[in-house]
Amino acid sequence: MEQMLTQNLNNSQETEACAAELACQLVPPCVIYLHGELGAGKTTFVRGFLRALGHTGNVKSPTYTLLETYPFASMNCHHLDLYRLTDPYELENLGLRDLLDEQSILLIEWPEMAQDLLPKANIDIALHYTPSGRQIVIQRLGS
Amino acid sequence: MRVLGIESSCDETGIAVYDGDFGLRAHCIYSQANMHSEYGGVVPELASRDHVRKILPLIQQTLCEANIDKKSLDGVAFTAGPGLVGALMVGASVARSFAWGLGIPALGVNHLEGHLLAPMLEKESPDFPFLCLLVSGGHTQIVLVKEIGRYSLLGESIDDAVGEAFDKTAQLLGLGYPGGPALAHIAERGDPERYRFPRPMLNREGFDFSFSGLKTSVITAYKKLPDEQVEQEKSHIARGFEEAVVETLVTKTQRALEIAQVNRLVVAGGVAANNRLRAAMIRMADESGVKVFFPRLEFCSDNGAMIALAGCLRLTAGQSENLEIRASARWPLMSLQPPA
Repeated sequence: MEQMLTQNLNNSQETEACAAELACQLVPPCVIYLHGELGAGKTTFVRGFLRALGHTGNVKSPTYTLLETYPFASMNCHHLDLYRLTDPYELENLGLRDLLDEQSILLIEWPEMAQDLLPKANIDIALHYTPSGRQIVIQRLGS
Repeated sequence: MRVLGIESSCDETGIAVYDGDFGLRAHCIYSQANMHSEYGGVVPELASRDHVRKILPLIQQTLCEANIDKKSLDGVAFTAGPGLVGALMVGASVARSFAWGLGIPALGVNHLEGHLLAPMLEKESPDFPFLCLLVSGGHTQIVLVKEIGRYSLLGESIDDAVGEAFDKTAQLLGLGYPGGPALAHIAERGDPERYRFPRPMLNREGFDFSFSGLKTSVITAYKKLPDEQVEQEKSHIARGFEEAVVETLVTKTQRALEIAQVNRLVVAGGVAANNRLRAAMIRMADESGVKVFFPRLEFCSDNGAMIALAGCLRLTAGQSENLEIRASARWPLMSLQPPA
């Protein structure tokens, strides 16, 4: 069953708040795709998501490391950024298959770079520029 | 002690031989063009990070260029983190096996320590203690280096690394990816006054950086341009961006030098190759009575020489490890210890 939510975001605080709301509703295992141009707020969204789960440190862009893992008491969040992927084969280098367990939430920026090698998304999020800020579209794709 | 260094943490495969008495003997970075058939044939172009195919031919080539036999090596050093775990494991496995076959020790080296120590590959080498600004695609840190293995983190980027900001801005301006150097090139003919982008966190205390907001400011300015102005404005935007980055890095580094009370500065990592940053750092250092050291350009980006050097220093000091093959995607600089 598909559900869709659209919301306007006026600043990065609102992006983080929107992410926090989603974070509180989810249980692992869960795969979230994040679409949006450079600077659209994907990493900001992930920061809000992780803070809501209790992470207090920085949330750095994983563009170069491709992957940052955040351990929590009852789960792990893996923040992936596939922007730099030149060949989907490189997902092997990341140890992607080791990340797909029952305790994990995957937040994946630029999922389109991996073609069809990624696990299917449970939630698909798109961030767009608007004249006054950003718009977010959150789609829940079945279970 | 003569050490073979192996770097495979990310995109580059780098191999080098460093000799504790005679310095760097040879170093190679994989490139398709310079691999000759005698080292196993021209390898078909695969994924850029396919270290498996590149690493053994590159070791052979490096030993050949150094004109030494592998039996005269005294140790092997490899990058054990941080980086992409699959890529690191290739280097770790080859290094351990190669060393075991020769009956010599192998040691996992921290990639960031390699960058910090890279200026020690040069004739004019910094003494300890020194302050290091480490600026690359993955890292932006100000580190106080008291001696090998004794590091204090004074500040770092809370979001995007500075090299990443360069590359993403370049992508936005249609210069390809990664396009940091191309961006610096077109900035040469840009007007430094035309765009004034924010200097993130410059007025805040401490030595942390943030470059994500700067990226967004550039995007906003770019999107406002009418189509017919895009081409002519690109170089001005690039220059405005570069000015903001350089001023932020220089100002924070200068403050850190004052607080830490050291008069030696190292600027290392891929962004240390940026001409405008180098010039501004030299100017600031002159005014502050500080001596500044840079690695040569080819040792700013990832390379095997810095790994061979760091490994040689630690192995010479008697550090050793068991035979377990391991690598970690995360390995903070601050968790390192001096060699036992």
